[in-house]
Amino acid sequence: MSHPAHPLPIRIMHWIGALAIGCMMLSGWAIYNASPSLPFVFPRAITLGGWLAAGIAWHISMMWLLFADGLAYLAYGFLSGHFRRDLRPRGPRAVLRDTLDALRFRLPHRLGHYNAVQRLLYSGVILAICLAVLTGLSIWKPVQLGWLTGLFGGYPIARGIHLAMMFTIAAFLAVHLALVAIYPRTLVSMIASVSAESDEAGQ
Amino acid sequence: MSAPRPLPGADAIRAELRRLSRRGLLRRGLSLGSLALLSGCDLSTHSGIDAALWAMLRFNDRVQAALFSPSRLAETYPASAITRPFRFNAYYPEWQVRTVDAATWRLELAGLIADRRPWTLEQLRALPQESQITRHICIEGWSQVGQWSGVPLHAFLSRVGADLSARYVAFNCFDGYSTSIDMPSALHPQTILALDFEEMPLAPEWGAPLRLRIPVKLGFKSAKNLQAIAVTNTYPGGYWENQGYDWFSGV
Repeated sequence: MSHPAHPLPIRIMHWIGALAIGCMMLSGWAIYNASPSLPFVFPRAITLGGWLAAGIAWHISMMWLLFADGLAYLAYGFLSGHFRRDLRPRGPRAVLRDTLDALRFRLPHRLGHYNAVQRLLYSGVILAICLAVLTGLSIWKPVQLGWLTGLFGGYPIARGIHLAMMFTIAAFLAVHLALVAIYPRTLVSMIASVSAESDEAGQ
Repeated sequence: MSAPRPLPGADAIRAELRRLSRRGLLRRGLSLGSLALLSGCDLSTHSGIDAALWAMLRFNDRVQAALFSPSRLAETYPASAITRPFRFNAYYPEWQVRTVDAATWRLELAGLIADRRPWTLEQLRALPQESQITRHICIEGWSQVGQWSGVPLHAFLSRVGADLSARYVAFNCFDGYSTSIDMPSALHPQTILALDFEEMPLAPEWGAPLRLRIPVKLGFKSAKNLQAIAVTNTYPGGYWENQGYDWFSGV
């Protein structure tokens, strides 16, 4: 028997989400550059929009795509059992064991199966994206959604968390893209229907 | 039995089509969207993407207007929270701040207002004043807490007999700046025509002699150095809005 490593809805939502988050991040850099809160700016050429007004226009346009894709993904993840089955984090011992194995390049990568490190990273980045969206809403509408801004400790702190979530997502992407480069067949499995590999470890 | 009506000739059809398309163009020409489009490609060098981004800004403006609640107040702070020193911000550097003679300065009124007589500073000071300590949030992301007091705009607009069902309130400034806001935000209880900053008459760099202070919008909407207020149903735009800053910019 064979089921795809990634079902079609996941593959579609992954790429729409990748587009939306990529645009959100690059346009966010254009907005950040207008008043950097850290002692550096992003090179203008790699920002989306190039200047503040265009960065904001991109940011609040792509936010709708991220909204739609994110809500569909969360609904699918919970209802299909994908989150419970594949992404629910394992205990700290399993994470430690798999991390050590991964660092020694002994952790097998089987399409369609999620080890403890992957579970932690994927559930972590989903949480970071959710926090980025919520802090983003709270600094977009600190009066109309004042309760949300208050929940994050007020406007300046919410803005700081928003930036921190961007760095968290960027750090995840660095690891994610490096691993895809090491295991190119994972890229194929996120595009075409590729069968999940058998679970020889019998977990 | 009557004869069948003659079919219209091709010329008549063409004339009718021309008339219809002219009407359509005119209607679109009056819409907010094409006004923005006329301002050129500020958001993208690709004209198609530029048009799409302007369209999304207008969509977002409608969402923001729907999210706006006239009774929801901006958070207020104790005097200890006031940011010092307060940051200067304008579309020009601080050494270019304009000043006027407070004795000869007048606030001009235009548009859908019954009593358009200009106002002196003394007349404005004689009206009931309100004070607020609120957060000024810049579109660039930074923010600071300041204290302003002055005449609530809703009280002023009612007093001069403005058409409160009009769509826009526009502000023109003697430093070349301009902006405009929607009427519901103009009537918000915390929207004031500020005369004082930190309990002192406004200094030139803080917008002397009169500025708008509207804590339910981003900072660039709080126009300084006011010269004229107009109430209108025609989209007025503004200095930054015409270059691509989101028009509604509510917070």
